[in-house]
Amino acid sequence: MPNKQLTPEQEMARRTRRGFIGLGAGAVAAVAGWEWLNAGYVPEGKLPGPLRAVLGFNERVARSTLFSDSHLVKTYPASAIGKLKENGDEGMADDLDPAAWSLQVMLRGGPILTLNIDDIRKLPRVEEIIDFKCVEGWSTVTQFAGARFSDFTAKFASGSEKAGYVAMATPDGGYYVGLDTASALHPQTLLAWQMNGEDLADEHGAPLRLVIPVKYGIKNIKRIGKIGYGETQPPDYWQERGYDFYAGL
Amino acid sequence: MKTLEEKHRLATRWFHWINFPILSAMIFSGLLIYWAYDPYRIGIGGLTLFHFFPDWFYNLTGIDHQLARGMALHFVLAWIFTLNGIAYVIYTIVSGEWRELLPEPKSFREALDVALHDMGFKVPLPPQGRYNAAQRISYSAIVVMGGLSLITGLAIYKPAQLHWLTAAVGGYEWARFEHFWLAMGYVAFFVVHIGQVIRAGWANFRSMLTGYDLVEAPDAAVPEEAANAE
Repeated sequence: MPNKQLTPEQEMARRTRRGFIGLGAGAVAAVAGWEWLNAGYVPEGKLPGPLRAVLGFNERVARSTLFSDSHLVKTYPASAIGKLKENGDEGMADDLDPAAWSLQVMLRGGPILTLNIDDIRKLPRVEEIIDFKCVEGWSTVTQFAGARFSDFTAKFASGSEKAGYVAMATPDGGYYVGLDTASALHPQTLLAWQMNGEDLADEHGAPLRLVIPVKYGIKNIKRIGKIGYGETQPPDYWQERGYDFYAGL
Repeated sequence: MKTLEEKHRLATRWFHWINFPILSAMIFSGLLIYWAYDPYRIGIGGLTLFHFFPDWFYNLTGIDHQLARGMALHFVLAWIFTLNGIAYVIYTIVSGEWRELLPEPKSFREALDVALHDMGFKVPLPPQGRYNAAQRISYSAIVVMGGLSLITGLAIYKPAQLHWLTAAVGGYEWARFEHFWLAMGYVAFFVVHIGQVIRAGWANFRSMLTGYDLVEAPDAAVPEEAANAE
């Protein structure tokens, strides 16, 4: 626009007009961007695609730059132990029949192995007192005892540690989690049968639960009935309800 | 005769106007997250004066039961907030504008005069450059707060992988507490800032939009250059 002979007042008016056009365009762009990010959002439903895509990007950043087996979560003295709230019973609708329980393990490539609780309890027992962190924002210092998932895998599923993912589900399939194998094999990830010095109570996942302190509680599946190793990202209960698949801390 | 005088550079205005909607959306999505576990309050002993937040607030705003969406939005927008903030700090250093923004030793005493003046007391305003003492303090503090929000946010986001960072800010629970109060700090900043912008009037707002002020020319020969500047 030619600005010869414009008085300063006219020049100011021109710049002000342009400023408001810019502000308006910015506001339209911001609203459009917000709508695009949130398009198709349903409470408790699937996460909109653009949001999911960035969570995937964040996961790749975290896995390539932050995650390490040598990064251990903080451990606490026994005096710090609190009372862990039972915060979900998905997949535990039926009463557990301990005698009927067994663990089905699908190895990488397909073969299936059936184990009982004594097979697992024979693995080296590890205790840890960690801050169990719920995705809701609270956390409780809790003691768990069990076998390292890496020891379990080395003993019963040798070769499967090369799989990209680990899937776990309750016996009835009502609750299920997908894990990246690196997190599952982290030295503080346990298949636990004891909590705060006692065998697991039903509501905390008897007879065997996952304790994976490098992830939020939603990944710490209770009453495991099935474990599988594979190359495709497994279905995940809370991911299907809008949460991050990785959920890594 | 009046002339145009540059008040805010283009870069400053971009950083400011990008930050406003992003920070608003960060606070909004943060509230979606906070709802899922909302223990903070103002009170003494068993007496709660104000709970963050009362039911009427959740009912009014409809921010309940949206934790998953809140987390996703927060972890997406945090990138823009962070990159914009870092770019602003770098720009401020490189351009030398930090000289007009950082508080000076005299700023703290002068800021009191500014505050008293603005509250209606008959205190003369101290002489000022582009920003007065109170502005220097608050505009620097808000940048420091942004940095602290990033640090405490990362401490909550990756307390296992960044355990040293979480420990540095006092642990996981403290990090969440600090992060929350920083957010409340932005809300307080916003309220005061908007109030001051309204008080300062149209020309001041216009200068944040256009970058220019219309001022009385000291001498009639200069305006050409300023009017053609871009």
